[in-house]
Amino acid sequence: MDPFMNDIDKPGKRLDAAGYWRANVRILSILLPVWFASGCLLSIVFVDRLNEFQVGGFPLGFWFAQQGTIVVFIVLILIYSLWMGRLDRRYGRRGKE
Amino acid sequence: MDIQGWTYLIIGLSFALYVAVAVIARVRSTAGFYVAGQGVPAVLNGMATSADWMSAASFISMAGLISFMGYDGSVYLIGWTGGYVLLALLLAPYLRKFGRFTVPDFMGDRYYSNIARVVGVICAIFVSFTYVGGQMRGVGIVFSRFLEVDINTGVVIGMAIVLVYTILGGMKSITYTQTAQYLVLIVAYLIPAIAISVQLTGNPIPQLGFGSRLETGENAGVFLLEAIDQIHRDLGFPEYTGAFAEGGKSRVDILAIALALMAGTAGLPHVIIRFYTVRSVHAARWSAFWALLFIGILYTTAPAVAAFARVNLVQTLHERAYDERPQWFKTWEQTGLIAWLDKNNDGLIQYGPGAAFVGNPTRLSDDEVTMRLGAWGEPLLANEATENDNELFVDRDIMVLANPEIANLPAWVVALVAAGGLAAALSTAAGLLLVISSSLSHDLGKKIFYPAMSERSELRWARVAAGVAVIIAGYLGINPPGFVAQVVAFAFGLAASSFFPAIVLGIFSKRTTREGAIAGMVAGFLFTGGYIFYFKTIVPASTAEDWWFGISPEGIGTLGMALNFAVAIVVSRFTAPPPPKIQEEIRRLRLPDEV
Repeated sequence: MDPFMNDIDKPGKRLDAAGYWRANVRILSILLPVWFASGCLLSIVFVDRLNEFQVGGFPLGFWFAQQGTIVVFIVLILIYSLWMGRLDRRYGRRGKE
Repeated sequence: MDIQGWTYLIIGLSFALYVAVAVIARVRSTAGFYVAGQGVPAVLNGMATSADWMSAASFISMAGLISFMGYDGSVYLIGWTGGYVLLALLLAPYLRKFGRFTVPDFMGDRYYSNIARVVGVICAIFVSFTYVGGQMRGVGIVFSRFLEVDINTGVVIGMAIVLVYTILGGMKSITYTQTAQYLVLIVAYLIPAIAISVQLTGNPIPQLGFGSRLETGENAGVFLLEAIDQIHRDLGFPEYTGAFAEGGKSRVDILAIALALMAGTAGLPHVIIRFYTVRSVHAARWSAFWALLFIGILYTTAPAVAAFARVNLVQTLHERAYDERPQWFKTWEQTGLIAWLDKNNDGLIQYGPGAAFVGNPTRLSDDEVTMRLGAWGEPLLANEATENDNELFVDRDIMVLANPEIANLPAWVVALVAAGGLAAALSTAAGLLLVISSSLSHDLGKKIFYPAMSERSELRWARVAAGVAVIIAGYLGINPPGFVAQVVAFAFGLAASSFFPAIVLGIFSKRTTREGAIAGMVAGFLFTGGYIFYFKTIVPASTAEDWWFGISPEGIGTLGMALNFAVAIVVSRFTAPPPPKIQEEIRRLRLPDEV
């Protein structure tokens, strides 16, 4: 299930710098489209279509633009930090606080 | 105790706290002065970053802007938070790993060129000064309203406080002071927001109250946002939650502004340098997360405050007799930030779309002391009335500051909001001053003119530069150039079209050369600056039809950024690749963090 299984460096081997960078770029190529979809597509480009749906007291597009997308952004950075921390451990160098 | 007494007490206590924290954290090394010795824990740095970032504009003006703009105001919320995703994913970890002191340092070393360094210094100083003048002005406004001192006296007091802790402790003092300031400003923002949410909707969480039904007033039982949309329809405004209405911003313009604000946020030097202060790359990532979380608390509250203020403003003022106006109206009337012009001579306040009169209110008076009053006791205005039915002038900036009074909260809450506004302005001003100081003493002094300078004398120069910068900032606060308010928004466009592409390419494209980066930055900066200058000074009355692709000057940074990327990539193809030493350094930038 782990998209980085192929990139795991075997213990005792030299650091796989290219593999680490590829995995890093792949994480970005998964997270940045989510950033764009939430901040630009749902909140701006398609906001009037989404506003046809009502969630509680909010038109959906308006809610995304003023609340939802901020939550998505926070969660994105959280996922990024956790994911990169795991990647650092996989590649044998532990992140520290 | 009255409002003024409470304000003196709370502001006095908060200032004493900041100075005490600064004295305890004072430093003796350049690493301490510029980057707080690189030992700041991630959570603390996140908190400091959010105070650094949230300025007088975020605290005082943003909710008011959204309140009057409705959906269009979302662009600030999206732009100023979305930028942190770019910062966290594309810039902060790598810049921290690069391990220098300043943004021009990165420019100069990555692009092996003192020209790139100087371009970086110019952009950093320009962006920081345009921004810092607004902060000092914010300090002056809070002082003059709540302590009834002259605006200029307020600016001088603010300058003195910032001077003490910037010169004493540089980044280390600033960091710990900013964490204290975050706590003050967030408490000050949330208390009135929660109180008003409970009053209007019965829900203590503003983010939920925002989507709840009103409990009081003529619209009780209706969803808050539905009620506002209905009020807007009745008065002739476009719907509050609706997008892209006639006369509002277009889809492409909102998209362009949001992108420019996002890239600009990620490229602002005073935000970036905060990520140099943590111990590791790992900590840099986490502090970006904490920063956005702490910012998000205020930024998700602000649109709720905006909607509450909207409904409160209309329900308490529209069709209300002037001589029955609420107390907060009277106090803010003194400052000239709210005014009424009785166009139809009925003694009632009518509110509607359009400006009530031309320009900001100017009172008619026979001499310095006595004002001329109208039939209902209102100060008469010299302004020329407009054609529409609107009789009310409300300055957007008062919505947050007047909130506690509108909601009848106790005097100490009003004082706390004043202290919060000051905390927001001072924390941002300090971060900006440090950027200016380090650009001058480190990037120009040490790296270009006197490489042999000892650490002690560099530190002395850093302190002198900070002192001079504070004085210039104070001058800009006392004599604000007329364009400051607009210029702050453009600082983002300029940061987006100069710094952001150069840093991203510097990390993600080994092939980007000195020539490419410089050409890109110059092209982006000149294009964006020129477009803004043209449409703000030469053709100030421009409309969407005059703009390229319908993009307003606020959003043009997005095109400037695209131009910068394109020029940098093309020029890099046709120039000699970066020297092997630089390529090796970029390769190391892409390795996992050291254990």
